[in-house]
Amino acid sequence: MPRKLRSIPGAAVALALAVITVTLPIVPVPAAAQESVEKAIEQYRQDLQGGNPAELWEARGEEIWNTPRGPKHASFKSCDLGLGPGIVKGAYAQLPRYFPDAGRVLDLESRLVWCMVSQQGFTHAEATKVTFGKGSRKRSDLEALTAYVVAQSDGTKMNVSLADPHVRDMYEIGEKMFFYRAGTHDFACATCHGSDGKRIRLQDLPNLTKKADAQRAYTSWPAYRVSQGEVRTFQWRLHDCLRQQRFPDLIYGSDASIALTTYLAARANGAAYAGPGMKR
Amino acid sequence: MPDPMKIRANLVGDSTEVKVLMSHEMDTGLAKDSSGKVIPAWFIQKVTVLHNDQQVLYAQWGTAVSKNPFMSFKFKGGAKGDKVTITWVDNHNETRTDSAVVG
Repeated sequence: MPRKLRSIPGAAVALALAVITVTLPIVPVPAAAQESVEKAIEQYRQDLQGGNPAELWEARGEEIWNTPRGPKHASFKSCDLGLGPGIVKGAYAQLPRYFPDAGRVLDLESRLVWCMVSQQGFTHAEATKVTFGKGSRKRSDLEALTAYVVAQSDGTKMNVSLADPHVRDMYEIGEKMFFYRAGTHDFACATCHGSDGKRIRLQDLPNLTKKADAQRAYTSWPAYRVSQGEVRTFQWRLHDCLRQQRFPDLIYGSDASIALTTYLAARANGAAYAGPGMKR
Repeated sequence: MPDPMKIRANLVGDSTEVKVLMSHEMDTGLAKDSSGKVIPAWFIQKVTVLHNDQQVLYAQWGTAVSKNPFMSFKFKGGAKGDKVTITWVDNHNETRTDSAVVG
């Protein structure tokens, strides 16, 4: 694989590279390749002139939100995301939170599933049949609903409250998980996200132990992923991170996913939410 | 019924600028799915734009246009409150029409 390098003897480079690429997925940054990807995304953003394909998901999500469906023939207008039944504006910025009716701390996606099961009458399996979409033949209602709800929090300051002891517990579990090394590669979240200047192939990684990076990273998800042509949510982001860590499959809406989400969302408190975003 | 388009139309100086985002797979017919089967071609072939009943744009598209096409163009004239209507037809003869008001 050709690489652009500066002022290091050839043989030493070849040997060093062979060692590095075999043992570590994280490599010091040659700027050229990363910049060209960033430039291309920036050009795409300029071409869209303020449009974001995620708006198509938002429109679909809004329609699903307002349409009565399921065995109980109910819409999401009775779904309480924490600010009252049917209230969507600003709701994402205060999630996850503890819901007494569910007896659990829930993030947006698990709360949507809860509403689909309890209020619309779907089974959990039916509600989570398609969590992450692939093309127009395999669409995820949850992705569309998520895009719609988060868009209504665009500009709202992140405000996850840790006052409730249940939320506090989830936050602390999430924090432990962030630094916990496990799996075949002994990876923790902190392995990739614990210092500056790291990347995986052409993707810059935020240092989530720093407040500013943590805020910027969390408020940019969910986002339209240009390379996939899909809107990807935070549950997807965590699922994909764990996949890359060679961890077992992260179950959609599991306590593990909610704990991590609670930790990362609360660390973003104070920053204005800026989604849905657009990423490579 | 295909998904709605998002249309923005604004009067800028003496022309109307229109931006439209269409929801369509735009399969080229060259890609294969995970089982190795070719995904059949499915793409928008014709786009027409009407400004208050007068056609201002007619486009013939092929497989080179990507998924979820975004188109931006402008035409001379137009006033606030005018209607801009966009229609697309694909190679399966499915069609979608949406309108917006010039702002």
